[in-house]
Amino acid sequence: MLNYDIVIIGGGPAGLAAAVSAKRSGVESILVLERDKELGGILNQCIHNGFGLHTFKEELTGPEYAGRFIEQLLEEKIEYRLNTMVMDIAPNKVVTAMNREDGMFEIQAKAIILAMGCRERSRGALNIPGYRPAGIYSAGTAQRLVNMEGYMPGREVVILGSGDIGLIMARRMTLEGAKVKVVAELMPYSGGLKRNIVQCLDDYGIPLKLSHTVVDIEGKERVEAITIAEVGPDRRPIPGTEERYTCDTLLLSCGLIPENELSRSLEVEMSPVTSGPLVNECLETNVEGVFACGNVLHVHDLVDFVSEEASAAGKHAAEYVKNGAKHAETGAKDIPIVATEGARYTVPKTINPDRMDEKHTVRFRVGDVYKNCYVSVYLNDERVIHKKRPVVAPGEMEEVVLKKEELAAFSGLSQITVKIEEA
Amino acid sequence: MYDVVIIGAGVSGSASARELSRYKLNVCVVEKEEDVCCGTSKANSAIVHAGFDAEAGSLMAKLNVEGSQMMEGLSKELDFHYKNNGSLVVCLHEEEKPNLQDLYDRGVKNGVKDLRIIDREELVALEPNISDEAVAALYAPTGGIVCPFGMNIAFAENAATNGVEFKFDTEVTGLEKKDGSWVIKTSQGDIETKYVVNAAGVYADKFHNMVSGKKLHITPRRGDYCLLDRSTEGFVTHTIFQLPSKFGKGVLVTPTVHGNTLIGPTAIDIENKEGTNTTQEGIDELINKAGTTVKGLPIRQVITSFAGLRAHEDGHEFYIGELEDAKGFIDCAGIESPGLSSAPAIGKMVAEIVKDLTNAEENPNFVGTRKGILDPKTLSNEERAELIKKDPAYGNIICRCEMITEGEIIDAIKRPLGAKSLDGVKRRTRAGMGRCQSGFCSPRTIEILARERGVDPAEITKAGGDSKIIVGINKDRI
Repeated sequence: MLNYDIVIIGGGPAGLAAAVSAKRSGVESILVLERDKELGGILNQCIHNGFGLHTFKEELTGPEYAGRFIEQLLEEKIEYRLNTMVMDIAPNKVVTAMNREDGMFEIQAKAIILAMGCRERSRGALNIPGYRPAGIYSAGTAQRLVNMEGYMPGREVVILGSGDIGLIMARRMTLEGAKVKVVAELMPYSGGLKRNIVQCLDDYGIPLKLSHTVVDIEGKERVEAITIAEVGPDRRPIPGTEERYTCDTLLLSCGLIPENELSRSLEVEMSPVTSGPLVNECLETNVEGVFACGNVLHVHDLVDFVSEEASAAGKHAAEYVKNGAKHAETGAKDIPIVATEGARYTVPKTINPDRMDEKHTVRFRVGDVYKNCYVSVYLNDERVIHKKRPVVAPGEMEEVVLKKEELAAFSGLSQITVKIEEA
Repeated sequence: MYDVVIIGAGVSGSASARELSRYKLNVCVVEKEEDVCCGTSKANSAIVHAGFDAEAGSLMAKLNVEGSQMMEGLSKELDFHYKNNGSLVVCLHEEEKPNLQDLYDRGVKNGVKDLRIIDREELVALEPNISDEAVAALYAPTGGIVCPFGMNIAFAENAATNGVEFKFDTEVTGLEKKDGSWVIKTSQGDIETKYVVNAAGVYADKFHNMVSGKKLHITPRRGDYCLLDRSTEGFVTHTIFQLPSKFGKGVLVTPTVHGNTLIGPTAIDIENKEGTNTTQEGIDELINKAGTTVKGLPIRQVITSFAGLRAHEDGHEFYIGELEDAKGFIDCAGIESPGLSSAPAIGKMVAEIVKDLTNAEENPNFVGTRKGILDPKTLSNEERAELIKKDPAYGNIICRCEMITEGEIIDAIKRPLGAKSLDGVKRRTRAGMGRCQSGFCSPRTIEILARERGVDPAEITKAGGDSKIIVGINKDRI
């Protein structure tokens, strides 16, 4: 049995930032376990630019952004193992992992940071009717084939879903010589960033059809045609609105699902909204000494926010290792943060006024597009933040900053509420 | 010249091939697809019916009960997944209890053992998620579930090991009688044989009608299914049918041998023998109906939906035997549900017919057992570590969802009748069968397939034919 103070599950952007931060917070014994053949996670296949504007104040590609953190990890001499699959994490923090060289091995950790990322929703999970030929890919799978292996997955493409990877792949496929015929989005708004719609669709004349979905897939061996139709407010197809596109490829960018199978075996309490763990402001789950960050916690829009969140998780995990359960002991109690009226969830789910930093950024997403609205925060019934926003949309993460001073001074504080208010 | 050519490498054809390999016969299986188990055999309810459903006295009833009784022993001999989980036919309306009794009586007549009618209390104890409407059920402890791919592949591999030849991508286009034997016209040229076994599933009528004046008519009856993630394991533990009634036939809700939950099928008669497309109406109907026998169906956990075609002959019976007006041509037709359950008995019956016609001697070299692909999950951690030391490929997880290693995938490719495509690997190892539906592992599996087969990755298909996954290299058309 190996022993490490902190074991980090996943060597993508979250795992890397958490590891570096934990080391710089004074913990020496850290091990990062990565299932792929290199560190960096999904960033390695994101060869477009636009990463790092917040963190490094410059525009980097995905591999460059990952590279900065990998350099830091190497400078800090943090141990990592590649091609290593974590098979199980027991509640007593024994991690069982496996790879070609070491076989099956166990690690006793003092603290664990969950940084496993997310996976894409598949055609099956979407229950799209039709045939099941070759030529149907999740956008990320196609991105890997094109960007990392240099293979074209198709020539004529229809994309379902306007998540960021789908939008990025619309542009990438076009640049590589494919014809992207249309992007259909079930919702009346896009799930991706506004800048991606402009730079990846509008600039290339690719139509985006909101409130549309795929109703049929033709082709027994390879995709031959895709039929899309408009959907009503109930998101069901409206008969008579079908449009058929001949094509050989369907890409799906219909949402990401945090990969929490290991968290469940660890008996971590999960949010039904995010499908990620419920955490306090230290990013600690209900299982003492188990922290979560990045897309395994909630799906982010920008990697910069992943790095920021993961750094915090690393720091708190280090404090836990140094001080044990005492790190969490305070006089004040954890105050629940309730997301309602347009706000779908918040990370963290609770905050402790005693333990928190001077300022704490609470991140959340909205459930619909709201124009000229206010993002409001209430301490009990008293509104303390009322921030005007020209537009908020589900594709972009929102944030509010809570101040320790304000929370600590509020007598009898029992609940914090985050909501969207119409003008 | 072959002694026997079997048309179709589905479960009936493969079971027949395996049973025929017990004899000194020169046997060949021709299959239009690139692999075994590509038609009806791969898309069905994956259950072993106890045998109370088929009409008393029918061949269906006889072979169902026999097949069901053979299944457990066979699953051990040939190393495929089978579980005797028991089945329940749930009655939702007090006034229909007599129908339950009828079904019980029929089952007893068919020779099904241990049947019992149970009351609501016992039913709830067996299945806590049963519908609040359920009043009683027919309990068949002998019912089971099986991996349909596993069984079909096991039959075929064992047949191949015992000398049966398999020709894939070989579509039969015509049949001619010549000097007392048969000439089979195929997409790969003519094949001569003394005997033909017609195990062509939904196409069995086509070949039958080429040689016989007494026509068969097979309707592809489409069944849509939804498969739920393994996280739903335990939602139901028995196979749950709805008692057919004036309220409709209902659909079944069943665990699979791998811990998923399966709901289905619908029953939609179509014309197109390749019409395995699902439809929105079909899936909607299915989800509604599944919700009548159980409560709280975790339908959001769906990971894939699919459709299969039953080879429904107008007479709803198995047609197995030599044709009177076409000597040497043996039908194995009309094999719809309970065809999978009956497969072991069907194979045996076909082999006996051929043996009687040919007076073939026993094959002294026949080996009746076969070892499946090693599943490292069945090993202890120590054994697993030892295995990885011997072969590091078993330390490399390729499919994250089902935790399938490179070692298993290589085994699937290298063994007799090995996998050539992604679907071939999937049916043999479950790589790509999980919740991400091959999003993560398909590029890696393509790489392994290409390396082990010594071909370019662009040659690797999803399921043979034109089902290419990679169509070129970046910017090759600019």
